[in-house]
Amino acid sequence: MAKMTIAEALRQALREEMRRDERVFCIGEDIGIEGGFGGAFTVTLGLSEEFGHDRILDTPISEIAIAGVAIGAAMAGMRPIADVQYGDFLFCMMDQLANQAAKMRYMSGGQVAVPLVMRAPVGATARGPQHAQSLEAFFTHIPGLKVVAPATAYDAKGLLKSAVRDDNPVIVFEHKLLYGSKGPRSERGALSPIGEVPEEEYLVPIGEGIVRREGKDVTIVAKLLTVYRALAAAEVLARQGIEVEVIDPRTLVPLDKELILASVRKTGRLVIVEEDNLTGGWAAEIAAIVADEAFMWLDAPIKRVSAPDVPPPFAPVLEREYVPDEEKIVAAVLSLF
Amino acid sequence: MKSSDVNFSNSRNARDGLPNPSLSAGFGNPAGASRDLSNSSHSTDAGELPDAEQLTRIYHTMVMIRRFEERVNELYLQGRIPSTLHLYIGQEAIAAGVCANLRQDDYVFSTHRPHGHALAKGVAPQAIMAELFGKATGCCRAKGGSMHVGDVRVGMFPAIAIVGGNAPIAAGAALAAKMQGTDRVTVSFFGDGAANEGAWHEGLNVAAIWELPVIYVCENNLYAASTSFSLTFKVKNVADRAAAYGMPGVIVDGNDVLAVYQASQAAIERARQGGGPTLIECKTYRQCGHSRSDPRTYRTHEEEAEWKERDPIPRFHQWLLDRGVCTAEQLDEVALNVEQTVDEAIIFAESSPEPQVADLYADVFKE
Repeated sequence: MAKMTIAEALRQALREEMRRDERVFCIGEDIGIEGGFGGAFTVTLGLSEEFGHDRILDTPISEIAIAGVAIGAAMAGMRPIADVQYGDFLFCMMDQLANQAAKMRYMSGGQVAVPLVMRAPVGATARGPQHAQSLEAFFTHIPGLKVVAPATAYDAKGLLKSAVRDDNPVIVFEHKLLYGSKGPRSERGALSPIGEVPEEEYLVPIGEGIVRREGKDVTIVAKLLTVYRALAAAEVLARQGIEVEVIDPRTLVPLDKELILASVRKTGRLVIVEEDNLTGGWAAEIAAIVADEAFMWLDAPIKRVSAPDVPPPFAPVLEREYVPDEEKIVAAVLSLF
Repeated sequence: MKSSDVNFSNSRNARDGLPNPSLSAGFGNPAGASRDLSNSSHSTDAGELPDAEQLTRIYHTMVMIRRFEERVNELYLQGRIPSTLHLYIGQEAIAAGVCANLRQDDYVFSTHRPHGHALAKGVAPQAIMAELFGKATGCCRAKGGSMHVGDVRVGMFPAIAIVGGNAPIAAGAALAAKMQGTDRVTVSFFGDGAANEGAWHEGLNVAAIWELPVIYVCENNLYAASTSFSLTFKVKNVADRAAAYGMPGVIVDGNDVLAVYQASQAAIERARQGGGPTLIECKTYRQCGHSRSDPRTYRTHEEEAEWKERDPIPRFHQWLLDRGVCTAEQLDEVALNVEQTVDEAIIFAESSPEPQVADLYADVFKE
């Protein structure tokens, strides 16, 4: 086992997949420029030295082209891994993702596959409203896209490798405060969890969630950074005698629904935590599923701890109010007892 | 290189003033038509005309597209085909002229108006017709309908009905061809309206900087739905924008199939040999409305009549006779043959089964 950050784990996944399959290439802004950053969060740093600039392909600032070129190349037999510097820029390429990538297989009657990966950093990190959003719900809403959200180095590597091998478009959401990016690209306030990553080949299957902490009193479903916030809250609650089960779905589409339902059937209580805005969000969907399929097991209302329905702010004091934290999660759980 | 050095005007058709129909050389007049076509054959670099067999095949394709769509239109009016229709009638010379230069393994990307491109690239008329009827035997299993027809086995990807959306995707397919070490080329067909989309700009720019084997074929039919070209472009020609990307821009009479054939032949050969992309603007006219619900009250009957005079099919028909390439009997036989194929396609489509309701859930993901 090697210990590494998520940025390092992702880089290793890219390296291994590009060595394994010559159809795999990376495309994005500032990903392979000599003297550059290796992408906004250093994930592709150094890869152009091994793979050259044809396979670590730097683009103009043209998000529509990044997505469109990746789609066309995927349709024609390549396996592109596209990189968007900030998840917020996915909106610039929305037609390509929502109307093209997601629908190409369906509208062709199964003739075409679009095996592309789109990596996108999300999360509020003192950059103001346009470089901070958590956009997962927009993409879980579109049939034809798979969506993964790894929270650990192990999962980041294993899920990215699975995404590259998947024959469908897969959006990989990565949280900026979890990368562990070093040097000038490191993030203030980052959690940067160092994780153990096996030396040998492994994959994390798309569609399988994981229980991060077992408990019998309440289920918390969380993803990305909020997994760590939920685990911290669970510690606090444990001291008050409440045993929290923390579930990290890891994949948002297809969702490991059974893992969540089984946990709720055991605990009878559910809190969903996410950094996205409340209304019409991913947490609302989880709540709806559980209300629909496990209502009779519930002993209390379902609670959501989400960002409020405002854009992500800049000022640290406002951002702290905006993002879900340990305290808010603890309060939500306590309100159920 | 300074932008002023990027001057491709020498490869341009001298008839820069098209689409003004008054510049056309007297259609309905066989001699005029003939002169016009031979002029255009001098206007491109690549020069060579196809042999008699291929000329006949091109004519067949044009008549096929025309009759296929005329019959489809009748079927629509009779309520036998659901959906809206974006007819290609009047623009047949472009699909036929370009695709005559393509191999089966070359790629074509099309638009919401794709029947002509699909037929010209070799998608089976039966499979297209069945798709329009919403039948399980359709080329896209009735999941796409009129605006998404395609068959990847003949290099025709499902048509992309978001205006401008195919420009970067075509660049991506061309990038794949280049990375895979093949010499296949990709053609992106689009209308004048697409050239005002951001996606188009981004697609052409990366195609140029990476010297991708892609040919962008603009079918400038003068109207983006109901909005005229002059209201949406400050430049006179879509091809004028090619210089901004550092790629050659070529203007041809899109109703002159040989001009289209020759211009696209040169561009396709250049792309195949690693010479990079070309933007070809074909000046043409959509004889029907934008879609079925379009009464065409935004343009004059005079304008429509002038363009009808320039109809690409009678022009080519006359040229083939004047040049002695075909006899009238041979051309009649082509028409008869087309009619038979379209008849068979309709019978096939009508007698095909509807999709199973369970098909709704198929092909969202590749398993």
